[in-house]
Amino acid sequence: MVLVLLVISMLTFLIFYVMPPGDPALNFAGRHATPDILAEVKRQFSLDKPVYVQYYVFIKRLVVGDQFGWPGLGFSFQSRSSIRTQMLPRIWITLQLAIGAAITWLLLGISIGVVSALKRRSFADRAAMGFALFGVSAPVFWLATISLYVFWLKLHISPGTGFTSFGTSPVSWFGHLILPWIVLALLFAAFYARLVRGNMIEVMSEDYIRTARAKGLPERTVILKHGLRSSLTPVVTLFGLDFGGLVGGAIVTESVFNIPGLGPYVIDAVFRQDIPVVLAVTVFAAFGITFMTLVVDVLYAYLDPRVRYA
Amino acid sequence: MAEPLLEVKNLKVYFDTPDGVVKACDGVSLSLEPGERLGVVGESGSGKSVTFMTVMGLIDRKAARIEGEVLFRGVNLLELSRDDLRKVRGAEMGMVFQDPMSSLHPFYKVGAQIAEAIQAHEDVNDKDAMSRAVDMLGRVGIPKPDERARQYPHEFSGGMRQRAMIAMALCLNPDLLIADEPTTALDVTVQAQILDLIDRMRDEFQTAVIMITHDLGVVAEHTDRVQVMYAGKVVESGTRDHVYHGSYHPYTWGLLQSISRLDEKQDRLKPIKGAPPSLIFVPPGCSFHPRCPYVMDVCKKEVPELIEEEYGHKSACHLSLEEKKRIFEAQVEVHS
Repeated sequence: MVLVLLVISMLTFLIFYVMPPGDPALNFAGRHATPDILAEVKRQFSLDKPVYVQYYVFIKRLVVGDQFGWPGLGFSFQSRSSIRTQMLPRIWITLQLAIGAAITWLLLGISIGVVSALKRRSFADRAAMGFALFGVSAPVFWLATISLYVFWLKLHISPGTGFTSFGTSPVSWFGHLILPWIVLALLFAAFYARLVRGNMIEVMSEDYIRTARAKGLPERTVILKHGLRSSLTPVVTLFGLDFGGLVGGAIVTESVFNIPGLGPYVIDAVFRQDIPVVLAVTVFAAFGITFMTLVVDVLYAYLDPRVRYA
Repeated sequence: MAEPLLEVKNLKVYFDTPDGVVKACDGVSLSLEPGERLGVVGESGSGKSVTFMTVMGLIDRKAARIEGEVLFRGVNLLELSRDDLRKVRGAEMGMVFQDPMSSLHPFYKVGAQIAEAIQAHEDVNDKDAMSRAVDMLGRVGIPKPDERARQYPHEFSGGMRQRAMIAMALCLNPDLLIADEPTTALDVTVQAQILDLIDRMRDEFQTAVIMITHDLGVVAEHTDRVQVMYAGKVVESGTRDHVYHGSYHPYTWGLLQSISRLDEKQDRLKPIKGAPPSLIFVPPGCSFHPRCPYVMDVCKKEVPELIEEEYGHKSACHLSLEEKKRIFEAQVEVHS
């Protein structure tokens, strides 16, 4: 895991430090920079050193922290402040969005998947799969705009875009987040519904399901305890990756709904060539995915006893 | 004589498929006394499994057209509601399946799976259910049952898993145990152990046993009465001795001749020529006629009834009784 993170950070570092034509120091020093100021800036940010030294400094700060605390994520050229203090609240907001969406899509996806697997070829199944096709194909920006149009402009149910913290007003917090949750969840829900349906159909024809029925278990127990349990292991794998990916920012959703998470932050940074910010967010996103992969592996051993001894 | 434990009357199970109607079970009748051991013999695809899956209520009623009666202690199981049927299943009838490798849930501990069966029918707490499960595992000959109960199925060998399945089927002391080819997936050495175990359990629990198999050797040692099935129909039924030493059906003759024996010199096994028919396109008349060496004109037109020849020994064949006896003595007996 550490190795993966190192490689990713190295690649991002190279891409953003070596490739851009603009001089970061020039960017920082402002329009009327004298050569003296430029040199001073370069010295302060170690920009005059070779790339590998800069990378070493970056990693060192990441591991042991910098003047702003741990982990040392660096200093934004653009806003001239600590990236750490800027990022932490945004991470928290993105997490709220991601967790809510994840709960929504798991509930939706799994229940739709189970129902349509059990009522195969019925109207409910067809409708659910139609919904899944819609969810998978509808682009998030379109869905987000449409939902805002309908629920905010026309029906006046939604309080609109933006974000209120839970501490300020739980109702407003929920109101502002419910649409982004659903919009973000829809895509995943559709995908999960299809996955669960497929798994469930396969599992329900297994011999051990027949055994469970032969024992005289109620059908509910057969489906939920014996059927769904086995169908969920692949879902866990996928969920870990999807959720890990979301932690790095749901760029489109956050932008459309004007949620001050990591997404708009990193986009802004890319446009302004604020390389330390891009780097910090990328490393954090990579950390999110690798961390979730680790969680999945551990969880997998818990879920499937056969893995434990393998 | 007491009321039969299980009586199946003219059971038909048809599946509608895009290719046609699959007549998996086409007018099967049988009756079983309490404590009796019945062997049901037939090739793959003769409808034996489907017949008894239907008896257990494991065939989806929506997926199949089921007709006839399945009387268990006089109650027609086909008319019971799903929930009432569920209460019979597992508690009064247990079933052991062919492949113990895939018949246990891979994610749950063996003991828990048995305890679950107990708790599905009786209001007992987890601890008691588990101690009963451990007790059952011990009775089916699993060493260190309390340790084994806490293990997962993948830590069990095939024979051990089948023992666990038998423990699960018998944990509520059912009156009927249906064993669907319980030894097919096992090593030969383990097969005998499992069959002996089933016999021992029958004596211990006074359970009637229906042994579904394609192995006449199994039937010879572990059953009292035999029913031979072919293409969804019962073609011969009688006591084990009658069927073994005086079979009245050419299909059974074929089966008897295809058993390998150690005690006599034999160059080659005699297989039954041809393959069993598709259950969609069953031949007209006697369904065995395309493979029968003694086929007559009438066999191609009329379906032979399952009629009693003598001493309760029934067969469905157009040959006269004298001819059957003559052919059996001349052709078959030497081998059996």
